[in-house]
Amino acid sequence: MSTATTPDVKGTPLPAGTSYRVLGTRPVRHDGMEKVTGRARFGADVHLPGMLYGQVVRSPYPHARIKKIDTSRARAHPGVRAVITGADFPALDSDAVKDLGEGAIELRYASQLIMARDKVVFQGQPVAAVAAVSLQAAREAARLVEVEYEPLPVVQEALAAMEPGAPLIHDDLYTVVPGGAKAQRPSNVAKHVQHERGDVEAGFAAADVVVEREFRTAMVHQGYIEPQNAAASWEPDGRLTVWTSTQGHFSVREQLADLLQMPVGRIKVMPMEVGGGFGGKVQVYLEPVAALLSRQAGRPVKMWMSRAEVFTGTGPASGTYIRCKMGATKDGRIVAAQLYMVYDAGAFPGSPVGAGAVTGLSPYRIPNLRVDGFDVVTNKPRVQSYRAPGAPQAAFAVETVIDELAEALGMDPVELRLRNAAAEGDRLVHGVPFTRIGFREVLAAVRDHPHYRAPLPDGDGTVAYGRGVAAGLWIGGSGTSTVHLTFNPDGTVNLIAGSPDLSGSRVSLAMIVAEELGLDPHDVRPTIADTDTVGHNDVTGGSRVTYATGTACWRAAQDAIAQLKPRAAQLLEADAGAIEFGGGEFWVRDAPDRRIGIKQVMAQLKKTGGPIVARGVVNRLKSAPAFGAHIVDVRVDLETGKVDIVRYTAVQDAGKAIHPSAVEGQMQGGATQGIGWALFEEYVFDQGLMRNPTFLDYRLPTALDVPMIDTVIVEVPASDGPYGVRGVGEVPIVPPVAAIANAVYRATGVRIRELPITPERVWRALAAAGGPSQAG
Amino acid sequence: MTAEATAPQASMAAERPKMANPKIMVEATINGVAETFVCEPRQTLLEVLREQLGLTGTKEGCGNGNCGACCVLLDGRPVNSCLVLAVEADGRDIVTIEGLDRDGVHPLQQAFLEHGALQCGICTPGFLMSAKALLDANPRPTEHEVRRWLAGNLCRCTGYDKIIRAVLDAAQRLAAGAADGQAARHAHGQPGGQPATEVGLA
Repeated sequence: MSTATTPDVKGTPLPAGTSYRVLGTRPVRHDGMEKVTGRARFGADVHLPGMLYGQVVRSPYPHARIKKIDTSRARAHPGVRAVITGADFPALDSDAVKDLGEGAIELRYASQLIMARDKVVFQGQPVAAVAAVSLQAAREAARLVEVEYEPLPVVQEALAAMEPGAPLIHDDLYTVVPGGAKAQRPSNVAKHVQHERGDVEAGFAAADVVVEREFRTAMVHQGYIEPQNAAASWEPDGRLTVWTSTQGHFSVREQLADLLQMPVGRIKVMPMEVGGGFGGKVQVYLEPVAALLSRQAGRPVKMWMSRAEVFTGTGPASGTYIRCKMGATKDGRIVAAQLYMVYDAGAFPGSPVGAGAVTGLSPYRIPNLRVDGFDVVTNKPRVQSYRAPGAPQAAFAVETVIDELAEALGMDPVELRLRNAAAEGDRLVHGVPFTRIGFREVLAAVRDHPHYRAPLPDGDGTVAYGRGVAAGLWIGGSGTSTVHLTFNPDGTVNLIAGSPDLSGSRVSLAMIVAEELGLDPHDVRPTIADTDTVGHNDVTGGSRVTYATGTACWRAAQDAIAQLKPRAAQLLEADAGAIEFGGGEFWVRDAPDRRIGIKQVMAQLKKTGGPIVARGVVNRLKSAPAFGAHIVDVRVDLETGKVDIVRYTAVQDAGKAIHPSAVEGQMQGGATQGIGWALFEEYVFDQGLMRNPTFLDYRLPTALDVPMIDTVIVEVPASDGPYGVRGVGEVPIVPPVAAIANAVYRATGVRIRELPITPERVWRALAAAGGPSQAG
Repeated sequence: MTAEATAPQASMAAERPKMANPKIMVEATINGVAETFVCEPRQTLLEVLREQLGLTGTKEGCGNGNCGACCVLLDGRPVNSCLVLAVEADGRDIVTIEGLDRDGVHPLQQAFLEHGALQCGICTPGFLMSAKALLDANPRPTEHEVRRWLAGNLCRCTGYDKIIRAVLDAAQRLAAGAADGQAARHAHGQPGGQPATEVGLA
């Protein structure tokens, strides 16, 4: 009688002047009460009957051959129930590339990343693991695993790794050159990406002003407060259940299937609450280890990382070396640009240089350009995605050079950007045309914001104030999402989704369903279901959940309405084809006073034909690129070089802000991570050894380091997706670094082109520029 | 206080060298209830709360006192429970997030919900316990005082803005409640400078 349909989304937002009933409001999130009372269950909160504790044994060397592993003393330790090494894992030598949903890795390298075999290529790489009846016994036993290493030469810096003669980290790694061919001789350069447009030399020749600069950024960590965790139970029938805090439990299931060489149908992954991810909780680390420990012990095993393990054993963001050259004519048109970008991938290939190469110059209409990007391996932790992966480093270079161009041309830096800003139909660096974008609207909002024109405090000779701006782009993700809706007789709806909620996305999804069905957001109960219970969902990453999973919710709501109409028709004693729906009510087209509320229809499903399951599936939407631009005021202590952020305004195009408070939170959080990246955060290495693997020595911004972050949400509807919504999570980390560097310059007259902008760097630059007399 | 608490156990271990992991019985008041547990001297309060007592609302973020996710109140003072040995809890009063408001929802919790002062939620229990200690000590803090007091709690998601606003708002509600002589938790003031929450939690 009713057929499940999946109507298409045309993405038409409401006409101007009309407003939504639910969208744009700020309901309390459904999982909020659990989270403020400590009841929410994160991965490390799992407790299973008979559970053992697992502990990984990690390499103290950044590069060494493993000569021998003796586990006999660990096995003999009281309480120990399992000990595994690389020999317990299937040997994988496939160079098939595993797409994780956000980031990718070759299978052979993924396998070595979770457990080394013949050699170690970064400090912290797992070499063995133990499980014991107590945490203490597991830690003791881990110390009893004896590994004999033969240290090898360490390649710490990416530029050094590219030198001809540099020690090879992998003797089976050959550079993939533009066009896809592989080089003949092994190298530490995994990939060379290239984009060209027009004639870049002719473009520079035609420019009135050309600026070329070098930039360096340090390796930084996502800094999620919850360490990686996993609990695994290998059942006697060969089925595996894993509980973990992950951005993508379906991706975890696939990675486990590949790494353990078992069918996905035998693996069930339970998505626990996630204590921050920012791209770093896609790759599996502990999950396969806990699984094999559990198989050997015949008992469930739980493990979690220490903070030092998180720093050395998981994936930070690439450190980079970028050379940026841009040329403009006197009238402020950028006519040529060139980027040479080296991204440090750490121990295995897979840096986000590809995204950096595209996002760097795409915000601007540039007729002649050339981009060369290199993915380079070193003896450091293998990088993972970090919020807008690859983009902040590129933006640091491009947005600083644009600031210099503006100064050379005597133009306002926002005006220069506006004059060159891309719009719908302009092509990104890789040739794809932009769909509808709001870059110009964002820049106009910056130009017109009171903050941009507000007077700065006067310096007094010991401190100086400066204001900087910068912009940033994220292309936006789509991917695959599935949601189901089921209906309760009390008029509530179960929204069964499979996109792990890292920041409150449940409420945004429920709001879309509520908007469409004419319900209160709290009539819709969202659940993030496990891999056995809901259809496939890609990872929560790339700013895709509200956009793509939100579209799936929109479609599921349309499917629900289509299925509920015949039920309403029965209750109204009318023809199903004559039923209309709107504002939570069904009515008969020609007799509008014959109407019934959706809740009443739900209450009578049993007698009108039984339960209904509605579904929404998204396979691929057009990307919805999103832009932001930030204004920042800094105070620089001229005697110490310390930089303080005194005022901050973030402007961003959200397409349509479903839950404005959630959008503001993303903008504020991203800006603050960018402040950390700019001013404080860096991995300090010495011969491949990380010297600062604690939050004391690797400093995240605290509440004292940032001001209130003002936000301006611009709404230029995206071409695809419901209501014109765009992803918002990634963009706000792209502009801050350059905005702060530009502000420091405006305050002091010195350009800092190496991150982080520490007091020492500022002080040295001031001294070199003949600054305060005590400097130098 | 560490020395007082650990010295007897150290001597016990010395007297009984053959017993690999001597355990100590500890009596403490946890969230208003008298509890007795047995632990090894080397176990942290955090580990015992989470792995033995099932109080998993207290979170481990770093294990070395730098992030504040494991903040609990020990005799009313905020401490990082990863830096407290479980045996030190003997005879003491401990309040965890599960006991922040034993009658319902604390105004701080309500303010965090309404201001959207959490995203992933892993740091939230630590922030709430620190903020509780702040408002107990200083019921009307300035923005700077809130920032200073909460500087030992790391949040990576929010940028702190909404957390600071929530704490300031809760302080106002508590003060208003105290002034009115009635429970502030039922008050629904407008969050400072922002639209009011339009749909409350059922």
